[in-house]
Amino acid sequence: MEEAVKSVVPENEEYVINMGPQHPSTHGVLRLVVSLKGEIVQNVQPHIGYIHRGIEKMCESMTYPQIIHLTDRMDYLSAHINNEAVCLTVEKALGIEVSDRVKYIRTILSELTRIQSHQLFWATFGMDLGGLTCFFYGLRDREKVLDIFEETCGGRMIVSYNAPGGLMNDIHPNFQKRTKEFIKYFRKTIHEYDDLLTGNVIFQERTKGIGKVTREDAIDWGMTGPVGRASGFSCDVRKHNPYSAYDKVSFNEILYNEGDTFHRYKVRMDEMHESMNIIDQLIDNIPEGPWTEKMKPVIKLPEGEYFQSVETARGELGVYIVSDGNKYPYRVKFRSPNFVNLAPLNIMSKGSKIADLVAISGSLDLIIPDIDR
Amino acid sequence: MGIKGIKKEEFRDNETLAKLQESGANVFLASIDGVINWGRKNSLWPLTFATSCCGIEMMAAGAPRHDFARFGMEVYRASPRQADVIVVAGTITNKMAPVLKMLYDQMSEPKYVVAMGACAVSGGPFYLNSYNVVKGVDHIIPVDVFVPGCPPRPEALLYGMIQLQRKIGTESMKSRKKRSESHNTL
Amino acid sequence: MEKKQLAAAAASLAQDSVVTEGLQFVEITVAPENLVNVVSALKFNRETSLDLLVSLTGMDWGTDLGTVYHLRSTEFNHMLVVKTKVSDRENPEIDSLCPVYKSAEFHEREVYDLLGIKFRGHPDLRRLFLDSTWGFPLRKDYKDDINILGK
Repeated sequence: MEEAVKSVVPENEEYVINMGPQHPSTHGVLRLVVSLKGEIVQNVQPHIGYIHRGIEKMCESMTYPQIIHLTDRMDYLSAHINNEAVCLTVEKALGIEVSDRVKYIRTILSELTRIQSHQLFWATFGMDLGGLTCFFYGLRDREKVLDIFEETCGGRMIVSYNAPGGLMNDIHPNFQKRTKEFIKYFRKTIHEYDDLLTGNVIFQERTKGIGKVTREDAIDWGMTGPVGRASGFSCDVRKHNPYSAYDKVSFNEILYNEGDTFHRYKVRMDEMHESMNIIDQLIDNIPEGPWTEKMKPVIKLPEGEYFQSVETARGELGVYIVSDGNKYPYRVKFRSPNFVNLAPLNIMSKGSKIADLVAISGSLDLIIPDIDR
Repeated sequence: MGIKGIKKEEFRDNETLAKLQESGANVFLASIDGVINWGRKNSLWPLTFATSCCGIEMMAAGAPRHDFARFGMEVYRASPRQADVIVVAGTITNKMAPVLKMLYDQMSEPKYVVAMGACAVSGGPFYLNSYNVVKGVDHIIPVDVFVPGCPPRPEALLYGMIQLQRKIGTESMKSRKKRSESHNTL
Repeated sequence: MEKKQLAAAAASLAQDSVVTEGLQFVEITVAPENLVNVVSALKFNRETSLDLLVSLTGMDWGTDLGTVYHLRSTEFNHMLVVKTKVSDRENPEIDSLCPVYKSAEFHEREVYDLLGIKFRGHPDLRRLFLDSTWGFPLRKDYKDDINILGK
């Protein structure tokens, strides 16, 4: 406790407050020790580790299919994309090429995951700034995506549908019909999101010009995902190093130049439109084929090091596996996007008011178990 | 989609709850107990406490589809001094355990605890080989209802809260005092 | 840039280091004394221009401790791996990369927390996840008989 106070040393008029681990707007167990002068923020120190479960150490005593179930619980709102990252690394190491059917299905489910993650972002961002209606509208629409997941994959949020070599099982016969119905429904209702929040004068006053990040700072601090793209840093892994079926679809990468809270929000709204366009291009053309390759019952990677990155809803997730030929990995490292996005919070919120601190940390869209792993 | 309805006999037939019911109480006191319990169980206000994935399913239980508010849990209070029940949703680690104990101590009587999710019940998927996870939240605070699942569906959480309401309905002033003395909190 | 071109450019910048072509990326193994010079040269050179630190991993190689840096160029979209090793397990020290990449700050705190490697010149080296009395869990000789039950 004393260590925390010493690192934010107060001067004459400064005082220290603690936005503790249990707080309605820190989106998880993040502790922010804030040093204030009146209402102006001087220094913010994040303290993490309240949900450090030791996943990287646990992976050293688990087989490769078992690791996939742990990655679900890291960044739980992009659970399917996390699973895909580990599966792609293992398949790259073994030199396996999965069938086109698997690639299409993985891409469609990844885009649906991205849509539901951004819907939850919109719901909680509006709630943080005081508009409780956004919570109900956002979660009402998100339930429809979770129905699609539940029918095909068996779980609503924690899916574990990918396996090395392909999928756990084939898709449900209703999958295409339900996805098309959802896209039709959501295209009609997404204008409500703009009506409610984007054009609102109070929302714009609270978010425009707050927490600016320049492009050079974004690259130096390593900020990827919607946060980096709002500052003009083109970092979309789906465009630069495509994987699965992303080289067969055409979509835009959303880039803005201002880098403030409002444009970080706007990037995510526009990404939902782009995700729906991607699904439209793929949903009618799923090719026939096997839903998994033939794999040995015990998976052993050849000796060496393998790295693969994917684009989750929050940024670039990197999986780095070092193997020594056994059926357990020697070392697994997850480069999580939220860990890197949290670091410059101090720089971004110096000199702003404490209400702006809530808006800035909300616009970074942090998931704390992904930071602590 | 959705779980099938639970049969009425199964819902009412629960040996533990039958044991809890103390029979043969004074008629006058029994009716006062009934009124007090009815008031308490129909307006339980939960604390906003969510560590990881189960927190999202708890939020989904408050969302329009599976509405929490129709059972009386309308408002989520942010401060523990104003809350009645703490739903421990998510994994508790060694660093978070003192914070949880402090929150529980700050709540005022009568208070209840629901352990939601496999991680809060017994450590969950992190039971083996994790050096930092508390294997079950009942090592720290006394728990009333355990809701298993990883994560439990919102309907399962609602079933757990209804069980808690039934448990409150069987309390009497004597048993409440015994319980708060036996679990010694500072 | 092609792997061979990148390997040649890297070899000319990093004297006394071993440059190999791994399966996926070009790998450079440097001695801990030359780390900051080599990485700064790789960042500011026009041909390689590796300005994004993707990931910083702490490794326990069994006898030595070390770190692995994945660097990427935003202009040319190629990636490079830099590795370094220290053989002192009691008091391992490596130079910090904070003057070169700002994102190294949090990464190096995590490596110090989980493996015990100290970084010289880091502005604020504190433990991140665990408290100051815990050991270093990611080391291969970390013993915890109660929780870690083995495979």
